[in-house]
Amino acid sequence: MSLTNDIIQQRLTEKFGEQLTEWNQPYGLLTFTAPKDLNLKVMTYLFDEPELNFRFLTDLTAVHYPNRTNEELAVVYHLHNLVDNVRLRMKVFAPVAQPDVYTTSGLFSSANWMERETFDFFGVNFIGHPDLRRILNVDEMDYFPLRKEFPLEDQTRIDKDDDMFGR
Amino acid sequence: MSRPVRFNIKSKDTHNWGINMVDSPDGLTGEGFFATSFDKVVGLARKNSIWPLPFATSCCGIEFMATMGSHYDLSRFGSERVGFSPRQCDLLMVMGTIAKKMGPVVKQVYLQMAEPRWVLAVGACASSGGIFDTYSVLQGIDQVVPVDVYVPGCPPRPEAIIDGFMKIQELVHNESLRRRNSDKYKLLLESYGIQ
Repeated sequence: MSLTNDIIQQRLTEKFGEQLTEWNQPYGLLTFTAPKDLNLKVMTYLFDEPELNFRFLTDLTAVHYPNRTNEELAVVYHLHNLVDNVRLRMKVFAPVAQPDVYTTSGLFSSANWMERETFDFFGVNFIGHPDLRRILNVDEMDYFPLRKEFPLEDQTRIDKDDDMFGR
Repeated sequence: MSRPVRFNIKSKDTHNWGINMVDSPDGLTGEGFFATSFDKVVGLARKNSIWPLPFATSCCGIEFMATMGSHYDLSRFGSERVGFSPRQCDLLMVMGTIAKKMGPVVKQVYLQMAEPRWVLAVGACASSGGIFDTYSVLQGIDQVVPVDVYVPGCPPRPEAIIDGFMKIQELVHNESLRRRNSDKYKLLLESYGIQ
């Protein structure tokens, strides 16, 4: 019997119950939200279960939702089952005042650099990460560029003509 | 019975091969000697044999590749040999977007060049950051190194790059031999934090 979204959803709710919320399938990709503290447990379950077998972390990134108070930063994990070719998306929300999320770099080695990138651009602090520092930006930067409160253009430039370019 | 020859009849001496020879500078000529001022000879020699260092980062680098190709040949101007070692090059051609993280690298490459050295900023990104007015792009390499000629364009056509190169040649030709030791130049370097 091939692995379908319903089977995955059923197995996850058996194990974790009502803690996993916001189930939906945009374009057929099963998506759910997990509480912040369970992200590693859910991913370890998905990794270890022989039927589920989600052993490939495709992507780890974050999204800033300024309107969701107390859960502004969403860390999004894209998992892939290479044997049955099934993909899964898991979201974990964290408040922007204290964006601490457990690291998954023990489970997936690729999460190491992806978490560094997420830290660099969104400021998500991954607890337990072996080497959490900026990867793509200059090390002296003290802000997180992809958060929505950061302005798109440099406000200190004086040589640009605002009539032509606007801000 | 042979046919009359129709092709290749014109004598080759009348052909205009399009070769330009450099004029010799003004000076005193005599039997076996030629006296002129040192500046002029050195300027002439340096001008026609600039060894560029192509610091090609993005799209402008592709235009440079076209410029070095046979259609828009840059080696007509003496820069047949491009080097990738800054120790051996005269002209640093920065072509493409330089990120803020890359700024110290450009500066390091500039520092490794020996005097006299010139810098050509090719393209909008190297001149002023171009369309990338963001947190990650250095808004012009003149924030880290002193630039001699800017070539605008996004990307500039090979003819524009050659025009910028010819302007560098003008600078090289007319540069005084004492310029690199002068106070003004020292002040310029200090403003960039270079000793």
